[in-house]
Amino acid sequence: MALYSEKVMDHFTHPRNVGIIENADGVGEIGNAKCGDIMKMYLKVEDNVITDVKFETFGCGSAIATSSMATEMIKGKSIDEALKLTNKAVAEALDGLPAHKMHCSVLAEEAIKAAVKDYYDRNGIAYDKSQFPDEDCPHCHE
Amino acid sequence: MKVYADNAATTKISEHALAAMLPCYETYYGNPSSLHSIGQQAKEILEDARSRMAKCLGCEAREIYFTSGGSESDNQAILSAAYTGAKKGKKHIISTAFEHHAVLHTLKKLEKEGFEVTLLSVKEGHNVKAQQVKDAIREDTCLVTTMYANNEIGSILPIAEIGKICKEAGVVFHTDAVQAVGHLPIDVKAENIDMLSLSAHKFHGPKGVGALYVRRGVPLLNLIEGGAQERNKRAGTENLPGIVGMTVALEDACENLEKNAAYVAGLRDKLIAGLSQIPHCALNGDPVNRLPGNVSFCFEGIEGESLLLMLDALGISASSGSACTSGSLDPSHVLLAIGRVHDVAHGSLRLSLSHYNTPEEMDHIIASTAQVVETLRNMSPVWRDLQTGKRQYIL
Repeated sequence: MALYSEKVMDHFTHPRNVGIIENADGVGEIGNAKCGDIMKMYLKVEDNVITDVKFETFGCGSAIATSSMATEMIKGKSIDEALKLTNKAVAEALDGLPAHKMHCSVLAEEAIKAAVKDYYDRNGIAYDKSQFPDEDCPHCHE
Repeated sequence: MKVYADNAATTKISEHALAAMLPCYETYYGNPSSLHSIGQQAKEILEDARSRMAKCLGCEAREIYFTSGGSESDNQAILSAAYTGAKKGKKHIISTAFEHHAVLHTLKKLEKEGFEVTLLSVKEGHNVKAQQVKDAIREDTCLVTTMYANNEIGSILPIAEIGKICKEAGVVFHTDAVQAVGHLPIDVKAENIDMLSLSAHKFHGPKGVGALYVRRGVPLLNLIEGGAQERNKRAGTENLPGIVGMTVALEDACENLEKNAAYVAGLRDKLIAGLSQIPHCALNGDPVNRLPGNVSFCFEGIEGESLLLMLDALGISASSGSACTSGSLDPSHVLLAIGRVHDVAHGSLRLSLSHYNTPEEMDHIIASTAQVVETLRNMSPVWRDLQTGKRQYIL
């Protein structure tokens, strides 16, 4: 019996879409080093579709695995679809996470939202501010 | 290659100890409190084990109380000294900031009951100095409790010096020696130790058994009500197989102590030298007065749990003081106590060795750790910020 599912371990040991995008259209960073996890998402957007996505994560196994899975789930999707991605859906796609690790999956959802918000800001697109998280590590204050 | 490097968490039982335990289940299974001959046979074995344990520690047989392990011993020693002190109006206790939770949580409980606790700083040299204890002792101090050696960072405390100070001041001195017994030479009389906690599974004995040494004349209160076992100080049928396994393991450990300590310290130094080559890391703990088997590092820009998982995938069992491994949001209180900031404390790695380890295993750990640290740093936004100068290196 292992701590994590095979899918989590697969995405952790062979993470997809690791790295950065030079000239990204949107970049979002969530978390802080003090709490022990930071996730950074880079988006390339064309005609409202996410054509490329990359991530960098400082954090535990589940933080890295959820980052990897989340990027796979939004690549090629429209921004509206990407915004609908929930942490629960990411966790389910990984065949579940231990209960005390669920907050790590919140980070992935929020990093995507932060990157979209940055894309909106750069392009002067109006949006509902209440739908987006604050910059500072909201999951740490649950 | 499979490498077990988590011996501070628990050890593999020795074949000798395991073999000694089996007859206690199959042949000498009587209850030492029973009148019949099978019971009395068990009683004889129990008292023989007590004498042999005492010999290893330099005390008398009647000063040894068998318990379920280190945590129970710590609880009983500390609560006894505190409640005995309180009867004389003494409600001040001295300890250190990097104790095990079995000690710290017991002290927290006492604080809630009106005791005052002074936790000595361990920032300087990642250790405590005997002078700090001397300076902290007051008229109303009833107990000094300091660990013999730290479980996470390996620092060995100046126990004989602290013991001398406590004796001169007339204050009871307890030491949580769970990480030290069987690994360091200990003589409770020469070191003026009044109470000492130990646990069998830290020196290749069985789990679920330990002992508390209490110097004759030091009052001991019982925490578990029931029968008259352990001279009315610890009720419950004795764990004879465990006690016998512990005794054999301790005798073996003490007999081979010098040889094993030298061998394991050699492995430790090889590992420390190898891991020090990784850029932006730091050794945790006292570099000189250090447990033979302890290696503890912080690596900047990465997180400890992911480090452990990747090492596990390469066959290496280790541990970390990161928040994600502790199940809380804060990293290890030990690393914070020695002054590591959160950002760095999350990237900690502890490797704890035994005489079962080999030099080839150290090579495997060094190569694997270097590779895993690099992999994790290459996907870490913190590391990128450090490399591009957006963030300042701490280590």
